[in-house]
Amino acid sequence: MTRIAFTVITLALAFPESAVAAPPGTNPLAYSGPAWSPYLVGAFIGLLSMATLYFSDKPLGASTAYARLAGMFGNLFNRRRTESLKYFQENKPVVDWEVMVVFGAVLGAFLAAWHGSELTAEWLPAMWVARFGEDSLALRIGVALLGGVFMAFGARLAGGCTSGHGISGTMQLAVGSWISVICFFIGGIAVAMLMFRLS
Amino acid sequence: MTALTPLPEKVATKSIDKGIPEMESSKKKSTSPTQLLLGVLFGVIFGFLLQKAGVAKYHILVGVLLLEDFTVVKVMLTAIIVGSMGVYGLHGLGLVKLHIKPTRYAANIIGGLLFGVGFGLLGYCPGTGAAALGQGNWDAIAGVVGLMAGSYLFAEMSGWLGRTVMKWGDRGKLTLPELVHMKRTTFLLIWVPLLIAALFAIDQFATR
Repeated sequence: MTRIAFTVITLALAFPESAVAAPPGTNPLAYSGPAWSPYLVGAFIGLLSMATLYFSDKPLGASTAYARLAGMFGNLFNRRRTESLKYFQENKPVVDWEVMVVFGAVLGAFLAAWHGSELTAEWLPAMWVARFGEDSLALRIGVALLGGVFMAFGARLAGGCTSGHGISGTMQLAVGSWISVICFFIGGIAVAMLMFRLS
Repeated sequence: MTALTPLPEKVATKSIDKGIPEMESSKKKSTSPTQLLLGVLFGVIFGFLLQKAGVAKYHILVGVLLLEDFTVVKVMLTAIIVGSMGVYGLHGLGLVKLHIKPTRYAANIIGGLLFGVGFGLLGYCPGTGAAALGQGNWDAIAGVVGLMAGSYLFAEMSGWLGRTVMKWGDRGKLTLPELVHMKRTTFLLIWVPLLIAALFAIDQFATR
């Protein structure tokens, strides 16, 4: 007995990685973490929200940009129909401050990933592959498309997204923003659990 | 850069408390070249920060929904704590106008849950999706197309939704201090320490 235990301990000490190494699978903590402290970044985003209100008289937000872009595409295909819709009469499909914020965010994230050698250039996230397999691209595209549709519809109905409600609205103590962000997480947790934790 | 004309404090507070729609200052028209340029600048900073916080990564965003990786909550809560004090501080000095989104109970709850379902399926949200695309997660392209399609679908139904769901439980620009009948400053003096305590608790108990 002691001899076996001794051998195991010696082996574990000699090859520490082989003793604990397991494929990352669907454990999110087994993958890379944030490059910077989330508290530092959070504080900077708080300051950024103050700056956008001061310099642009706009709360930081993202989802309306997609709606404006959708309206621009709508104008290309069926202008009369698009212009007849209540939402686009109230929110003109033009390139505005918020559309530029979203374009800027793509560029900013590229610069950050490049700076930190974290550029991925991949179609499937590793954790998705661990759950749904290497050849699940069609599934991923379909699920992501459907997810985008639900998400944008929900954001427009609720009046904002994780940025507009989740950060800008909550910091201004808006009741609707706190309700919305809680519901974002309730819906998201339910679906993510079904997708990743149902065996 | 356009100079900001500070409003007298009382005027600014009054117009907001009564929920009068604020006139958009012509100097800050959101399609002016200055504002478009500022938009790109703020966007670049926002995207840079999101990527550095790891919230452009699929596993970190899904990780919070699996209640295993709390990076997203840490970023959001810190931003809310700093922003609450900062925005109300600037507002108290008459330097900024508030932009409080209307509270509509039915629309917030139904829309919020639908958004959540989309969040779970896509794994990115509108802001972090842009950041995910920037760092090279090409699956975010499908998300962007879906986001535009969903926006158009909403616009198609906006007339009907505006007459029905969006009227149910419409409380206007309601804030938490108004809800509990407290002065804004008093509320913040209780609220901000509570959020800080929540952040400490998460930091203690969460692995990441």
